[in-house]
Amino acid sequence: MEFKTILFYIFSTVTVVAALRVITARNPVHAALFLVLAFFNVAALWMLLQAEFLALALIMVYVGAVMVLFLFVVMMLDINIERVRQGFWNNLPLGALVGLLMVGEMAVVLSGRYFGLANLPPQNLPADYSNTKELARLLYTDYAYPFEIASVILLVAIIAAVMLTLRSRKDNKSMHPADQIAVKAKDRMRLVKMAPEVELPVAAAKEGE
Amino acid sequence: MEAAVVSFVEPLLGSFWGSIKPVWPLIWTLLRIVLILVPLLLSVAYLTFWERKVIGWMQVRIGPNRVGPWGLLQPIADGLKLFLKEIIFPTAADKKLFVLGPILAIAPALALWAAIPFSPGWVLANVDAGVLYLLAVGSVGVYGIIIAGWASNSKFPFFGAMRASAQMISYEISMGLALITVLMVSSSLNLTEIVVGQSKGLFAGMGVGFLSWNWLPLLPMFGVYLISGVAETNRAPFDVVEGESEIVAGHMVEYSGMSFAMFFLAEYANMILISAMVSIFFLGGWLSPVGFLPDGFHWMAAKMAAVLFFFLWIRATFPRYRYDQIMRLGGFWWWASG
Repeated sequence: MEFKTILFYIFSTVTVVAALRVITARNPVHAALFLVLAFFNVAALWMLLQAEFLALALIMVYVGAVMVLFLFVVMMLDINIERVRQGFWNNLPLGALVGLLMVGEMAVVLSGRYFGLANLPPQNLPADYSNTKELARLLYTDYAYPFEIASVILLVAIIAAVMLTLRSRKDNKSMHPADQIAVKAKDRMRLVKMAPEVELPVAAAKEGE
Repeated sequence: MEAAVVSFVEPLLGSFWGSIKPVWPLIWTLLRIVLILVPLLLSVAYLTFWERKVIGWMQVRIGPNRVGPWGLLQPIADGLKLFLKEIIFPTAADKKLFVLGPILAIAPALALWAAIPFSPGWVLANVDAGVLYLLAVGSVGVYGIIIAGWASNSKFPFFGAMRASAQMISYEISMGLALITVLMVSSSLNLTEIVVGQSKGLFAGMGVGFLSWNWLPLLPMFGVYLISGVAETNRAPFDVVEGESEIVAGHMVEYSGMSFAMFFLAEYANMILISAMVSIFFLGGWLSPVGFLPDGFHWMAAKMAAVLFFFLWIRATFPRYRYDQIMRLGGFWWWASG
């Protein structure tokens, strides 16, 4: 058995176990952390396929950004896991049906008999082959327009999400930083020129002699 | 280098060599890992000493001078003290995650060193997508903080973790944006090639190589990267993670002994890492600044030391930022300029 095969089995076992724990863990924070573990191992599996850009992007985007925000939300909510589990047995048949359908579809795709997988040229990569460079070349030449359209759609989605959740609260006491910076000293404080000491009247001075 | 070591080890082991040969690549990798980690941990220890000395001098104090000659054994004494202290588990803490927190904080900080080249060929893994690796594994470090804050099951650590991770995530983005310009200039994700790319140029041909390094053509991005690096490692003046008068020690409140030391080690290892990355991306790595002096690891070390000194210098000089000002600075100015 090749060393890579051993690695494959280790990573895939951990992935499957972690994925199972995501749905069986009692604590939602633990579930989210198991999902992180599953992502990590999937990235390792992709690395075995020499898709290093996809693997590292998966870690960077999903583990490094998406799951962190996910954890934030899960940690701050007080989720009652018993209430979430109430409908489990009612929903099980439908869920199982969807799951079986997905397994069947994946099997059809992966067995490759109907998709001409056998006709693909054998992978013969030169030593200095860079996955990232090839991907970038494809994205910015052959698929330039779909790529641009996808990015514009994403941008619209970002702005829409911000606009949908943006609301100004009436009880908010925060100040606009620009107003804070624009404040001049004379707006806040009036400086009065005064003599440092008052001269005694001449008559009083004479009496004091 | 490997061939030289093999030819030295082979006669030494004699007949044992046959049984060792199949696992030799593993042993060789482990040896190199030790060769990187031991100096790294030593420099972490002495960075704390140097920090206290430098800040002491800048503030007209003496700094540590009691333990050993010139106080040189101070970090050893500190380490021993932390090592011998008891690790206290809060009653309400999630025990497993409480242990996992510090581990996840330090593991990425050490794992990142695998891709850092110190000199031509002196690198544990000369990966093609080195920059991506640094960004990806670097983004995992935030989990240590979040998990520690949550697992402690108490208010201050939780708020501290929120602050720290929000700050780290937003500054990671500006660091990434600054790196994109470096990638565009050097058109490679390989760290060694990024350094080699800086050795060519108009000024390098004239013998003043330091003007050909990325810092000059990418000067604004150099500034963004350096300042974001300070914020990313939660150092002063952006050290709002800790604050005696507001959130005490942030996510580390409930940690004691070695588990606290792990966070401490991770912070300093990350500082050294940022200095290494600044030297590689912007200051020409191991390249010599002038033509008539040879390149080598000593230049890399000198540049890292200079960047680390900058870290300590600004800590002694600037007052802290207010938290909302940090987030505004990171979220608005650095992203926009990136």
